[in-house]
Amino acid sequence: MSNIGSYEQRLRNFDWGIAKDVLGWREGELLNIGAICSDRVCAQGKGEKLALVWEGFGDKRHTYTFNDLKAYSNGFAKFLADQGLKPGDRVCIFMDRIPSLYFSFLGVLKMGGIAQPLFSAFGDESLEVRLASAGTRAILTTQKHVKKVRAIHDKLPALEKIIVVEGDASKLKEGELFFDVESAPRVERFDAFRSGPETPSVLHYTSGTTGQPKGAQHVHSSIWGQVLTMSWVLDVRDDDVYWCTADPGWVTGTSYGIIGPWALGITQCVLDSGFTAARWYKFIQDNRITVWYSAPTAIRSLMREGTDIVKQFDLTSLRHLASVGEPLNAEAVVWSEQAYGLPFLDTFWQTETGSIMISNYPGMKVKPGSMGKPFPGITATVLDLKTHEPITEPGRVGLIAFRPGWPSMFRAYWGRPETYRGKFVGASENATPDELRTNPNLWYVSGDRSSIDAEGYYWFVGRDDDVINTGGHLVGPFEVESALIEHDAVAEAAAVGKPDPVNMEVVKAFVTLNPGVAASDDLTLDIMNFIRKRLSPLAMPQEIAFVEKLPKTRSGKILRRYLRALEWGEDPGDLSTLEND
Amino acid sequence: MAEMKDVVLEYVVNEYVDEDDGTTVSYDTPLISSGIVDSFSMVSLKVFLEKKYQIKLPDDEATPEAFDTVNSIVRLVQKHQGK
Repeated sequence: MSNIGSYEQRLRNFDWGIAKDVLGWREGELLNIGAICSDRVCAQGKGEKLALVWEGFGDKRHTYTFNDLKAYSNGFAKFLADQGLKPGDRVCIFMDRIPSLYFSFLGVLKMGGIAQPLFSAFGDESLEVRLASAGTRAILTTQKHVKKVRAIHDKLPALEKIIVVEGDASKLKEGELFFDVESAPRVERFDAFRSGPETPSVLHYTSGTTGQPKGAQHVHSSIWGQVLTMSWVLDVRDDDVYWCTADPGWVTGTSYGIIGPWALGITQCVLDSGFTAARWYKFIQDNRITVWYSAPTAIRSLMREGTDIVKQFDLTSLRHLASVGEPLNAEAVVWSEQAYGLPFLDTFWQTETGSIMISNYPGMKVKPGSMGKPFPGITATVLDLKTHEPITEPGRVGLIAFRPGWPSMFRAYWGRPETYRGKFVGASENATPDELRTNPNLWYVSGDRSSIDAEGYYWFVGRDDDVINTGGHLVGPFEVESALIEHDAVAEAAAVGKPDPVNMEVVKAFVTLNPGVAASDDLTLDIMNFIRKRLSPLAMPQEIAFVEKLPKTRSGKILRRYLRALEWGEDPGDLSTLEND
Repeated sequence: MAEMKDVVLEYVVNEYVDEDDGTTVSYDTPLISSGIVDSFSMVSLKVFLEKKYQIKLPDDEATPEAFDTVNSIVRLVQKHQGK
């Protein structure tokens, strides 16, 4: 029997208070995610239970109990407080998936800070934009990545503390701090910040079509959404060994790679190593992983390796598989059932939603290729593309939208109230963020399109904007284009998604060159590496087309949708505004 | 003329390895499975090889395994030279 039992029955008898029952929560307890995921689990008598099994490249392997999690997160909380950091300060966590990433995330929350995890493959420009936007006061990083911080530090007046948590302390520069929590004295007790339901907790940056990335700000009461979906969708039980393959630089890696499992006292595994099918299967085999939450890109990469390699490993421990990041194609669902004896169940949600919104559930009929149905407690619909009225006829494509008010909903785009308001259909011009998140007459519009079939299953169609979803990560075209025109050879640029069999989309750039510059293979490679280092490997164009001119509207705006339509073989739509030669 | 494996090694070290992080790369050092080169960055490495050696590497052969060491990369390039 699954945790959710009957989906239909849950729909009829739903109340978010059930999340508190799942956690055994008593009124008056401290609502601090950092403390709930460590101190509270220990107080329940699970201190000696394994919390984290960590493996790195080669033979590196470390294990940590919940007692360790408590002590090391306390260690970070105390260190940060001793450095003068205050509740509400933004503390960036910029490192690979090493154990200190996980300890420090909880530690930041325990001291009342706002954790701002960033993907460690970001280049200095991507880092700078996000730290400047958040007014980040401290950054926790490693010797491997601190160089990128040094390169931009003088442009970030708010950034007071650079703290290196792993590496060679003798290589630090003046003003930098070194703190290795596992070598420092264990801190068995730390009075966690008395956060409330609406106290800010996590700030995740996500990309949009226009402008620079936006910081989706979450609160400590997000935990109710994360715990209940962890239980009902990912179906974890006390004796499970869980693996979420996402990096905590992205929201899946915190909501379901830290908060969800550890709030419930679940043992989880982390693999900080490059991808190969053999390494992943060995990791599952050696750790007897039972619940595996991964991404379509990874699943399609495993598909490419075939089923012969699957037979070389003992994967019989697996009992439940789920997927997130981009739509899971029907072939991948069918293949996983053949390869592992279990289908990957697709889930849909976003950085802004904080927890799973639409999903396939254990025990519910799976329609391969479908996103599934809304989570109980979530009111979802698709809105007409023009009128923004809910569509009632099955199969017609519209904008996926949700009634506001679910617990893990983002509370703001950091410093951008107008952009936040713009996400709600029906909002008045002077609506406050509190009104927006509680008004049951509004719709939060996700930016994705789908249809709903006669049985209520959602079918993903694509983005409603120019954002590029590559390997489950959103890349903003504006950010790529801004970086491209910083290259000496580039005059103008447009970035769009082009189809890719593994990553769904990859970035393709169209560029015009400055006078006197000729297109060449050398230049292609130079531009690719320029973007890879400045932004990230994800944002690096996988193809660059040198063109004489870019398609523009008469007002001079680049028509990305025209270029994108050409890549996808789709109708570019109304081109009446296209500039004539 | 430099040997192919030295050319590839030099490119990998220059483009993907930070001089300060203490990583030593040799002909047999795992690149993909160790995380030195990620799957997205593999594309720029492939472009480099195709440009340098005037070859076309098919996508289905440009796998993480084939790109995992300098030696395996050299074997893949040599296979396609002269085709």
